[in-house]
Amino acid sequence: MSEAGAPVLDPIHQFHVKVLAPLHVFGVNASFTNAALFMVIAALAVVVVMLIGTSGRSIVPSRLQAAAEAFYEFSQDMVRQTAGEDGMRFFPLVFTLFMFILACNVIGLWPYTFEVMAQIFVTATFAFSIILMVVGFGIYKHGLHWFNVFKPSGVSVFMLPFIVPIEVLSFISRPVTLSVRLFANILAGHIMLVVFGGFVVMLLGAGAYALLAPLPLAGIVLLTAFEGLVAVLQAYVFAILTCVYLVDALHPGH
Amino acid sequence: MASQAAEGQVAGTEVPASNAHADVFPPFDTNYFAPQIIWLAIIFGLLYLLMSKIALPRIAGILSSRRNAVDDDLAAAAQAQFDASQAATAHEKTLATAKARAQALGQQAHAEATQAAGARRGQLEADLAARLADAEKQIGEKKSAAMANVESIAIEATHAIMRQLTGKPVEAGAVANAVAAAKA
Repeated sequence: MSEAGAPVLDPIHQFHVKVLAPLHVFGVNASFTNAALFMVIAALAVVVVMLIGTSGRSIVPSRLQAAAEAFYEFSQDMVRQTAGEDGMRFFPLVFTLFMFILACNVIGLWPYTFEVMAQIFVTATFAFSIILMVVGFGIYKHGLHWFNVFKPSGVSVFMLPFIVPIEVLSFISRPVTLSVRLFANILAGHIMLVVFGGFVVMLLGAGAYALLAPLPLAGIVLLTAFEGLVAVLQAYVFAILTCVYLVDALHPGH
Repeated sequence: MASQAAEGQVAGTEVPASNAHADVFPPFDTNYFAPQIIWLAIIFGLLYLLMSKIALPRIAGILSSRRNAVDDDLAAAAQAQFDASQAATAHEKTLATAKARAQALGQQAHAEATQAAGARRGQLEADLAARLADAEKQIGEKKSAAMANVESIAIEATHAIMRQLTGKPVEAGAVANAVAAAKA
């Protein structure tokens, strides 16, 4: 949500990427944008909680350290329950993903900030990297046996020509659904917030109808609470699906 | 971009950029494909390194040292509780022994006192009996002495009575014989 009070109420406006510092490396556009700025802010927020908060290493934790430990134990349980004890080698990755997406989403909810996860390129980069890692690690660990992931056990040979293409298709669709789920949820929520904000402004400028202006305002309050839920939930869903997909890299047999 | 725009007019400050991509939905603007991915890789990579190399091992250390501290404290508490129960048992045992000893001592003292009292009572009784016998003996002696005196008194009285009745002295021997006869 940004600049909701601008005279021109454009709900898409908030997603515009702005170049803050133009930079080209070897002819590639590597400009520092507002998206990159908010990635830095989110990463710094995670660093504040996880590194500065735990610098005391105290047995009786401070508030920040207690929060860091809660995040740690929550993610640890999540990875252990979905991916098992073998999956704990991916715990740092899943943890960093969860914390980074969570920080981006929560920070992006504040007015005048930029929502990084409403950029399809960002979520798609995450999703495709994860799937490539699943394939790469699976083949590294199990060799060509890994491709058994596409052959469910206990299926008769005559069914295989039908089942295998379906399995391949569902595997290929994973990065797409993973990235679009996060992107679309966050994007839609932020658009809704600005649209409702626009209703308030329009009603205030419409004479007697100004009396109705508090209604969409109350709607914004409810929506903001709901978007807070979505921000946390989508980070959690992304992390837990990452765990689920990583299981395929570890144990290709169904 | 449109923050300074008057209604119905295009913003003046960023005209080239905004106009060039005005028809593209901003998240799909491929111009920002490369910068997004490059900065995401840099920032997320750094964050991953900081988390996996520093933050997570540190928290694992904090949690395990806390678990150890709690376990140690619990073990110490269990040991202390065990010691306390041991001490309580020992204390109760000592108490029971002391109680039994006190009871025995009391009983002994009671028996001794009873015995002493009995002995003393026997002695006193014997003493009293001896004195009683002594007294009875004395009474007997006094009684016999008195009875001996009674005879002489009777003779004298008979003399006196006879002299008064007869007007002449009576023979002493006859009177004594008469008294003895009467007495018998």
